[in-house]
Amino acid sequence: MPEAANMMTLDWNTVRTAFGGALCLLGALLCIVGTIGVLRFPDIYTRLHAASVTDTSGAGFVLLGMALMAPDWIVLVKIVCILIFLMLTSATSSHVLANAALTAGLQPKIGPMRKGQPDGEVSP
Amino acid sequence: MYLVGILLAAAAFWMANSGHYKPLMLGFAAVSVVLTLILSLRFKIVDREGSPYARLLGFLAYVPWLAWEVLKANWVVIRACLRADLDISPALVKVRTTCKSDLAKVTFANSITLTPGTVTVEIQGDKMLVHGLYEANTVPESFISMDARCARAADPRGAAS
Amino acid sequence: MMMAALIALIVSMCLLLIRALMGPTLYDRVLAVNSFGTKTVLLIGLMGFVMGRPDFLDIAILYTLINFTSTIAVLKFFRYRSFQVPLARRGEPRAVAPIAGGEPNA
Repeated sequence: MPEAANMMTLDWNTVRTAFGGALCLLGALLCIVGTIGVLRFPDIYTRLHAASVTDTSGAGFVLLGMALMAPDWIVLVKIVCILIFLMLTSATSSHVLANAALTAGLQPKIGPMRKGQPDGEVSP
Repeated sequence: MYLVGILLAAAAFWMANSGHYKPLMLGFAAVSVVLTLILSLRFKIVDREGSPYARLLGFLAYVPWLAWEVLKANWVVIRACLRADLDISPALVKVRTTCKSDLAKVTFANSITLTPGTVTVEIQGDKMLVHGLYEANTVPESFISMDARCARAADPRGAAS
Repeated sequence: MMMAALIALIVSMCLLLIRALMGPTLYDRVLAVNSFGTKTVLLIGLMGFVMGRPDFLDIAILYTLINFTSTIAVLKFFRYRSFQVPLARRGEPRAVAPIAGGEPNA
């Protein structure tokens, strides 16, 4: 049944393009969320956490979306390479940043903090 | 032995990234692979860590669990970023690891750092200094399962490394 | 859809530039630049897909590695004030930073 197979591939192509676009958009929105965190958090160590949202889930979703839209396997292999490199290097550079900041004598702010109320309760 | 591992990895990387298989291109590939080998010999990085294929299966079993943990932790940090009141309570805790080899320690520290909300700041011996976004999520007990999985994935099993 | 993702990425890069420009310490700026580099990788890849030329991914791979190396190099320079200091290797004691702020106390 060549026609049925053709229908199936066409269907799969449409589905994966739509899903890939949606995942790319989701990842880009997560990048914005991480950036908002970088802008809002009070000191360098907490900003690192917000930046790692961008580096892990934002980049992960964008690359997953691109992998779904990949036209052939070479593109897929390249995207997987980027994903592996990005995960390894972002973790390492976060650690190096935190270590360098601590070595330079920057003390992290410790303890519960809440805008507005002086002694806020910590939500889990 | 390790040199062969690096050679295979470099050749596979070239093949996967190029997509051109004409003889001239393959000649260039051979030249670049040999150049990479000479450079890695000069840097003295041809050792067990240079071609860590013995532990590949353990890592492949570890990665999906880590990905799920990263997704769960992401949700917490995303909620913290978008709250109207900046409701965080950063903490700095010491975590003791049971990992023996350097590879397992690096895997554990990188996993902690990759998980949003926790960053490894310093490693000394088998103690790690971890900075966390929420005090309640950053107690040493919460890293026990990750530590055990890292030790199982990357520590040599009974082998005198 | 892809255009929307591209625009969202560019917006977040612009927001990051704010942090890079007004970051109170050096490390905030390095963090912003590192994150900017990650987003540039994503932007290059998405741009290639939008223009129908996924060959851009080669440049994206290269940019990932260069971004990591440059972050490490900048931090190493500001810690040791020189590129000539060897980083710690196995079995050797760690090089002592001349501008170290003492032992971490926490």
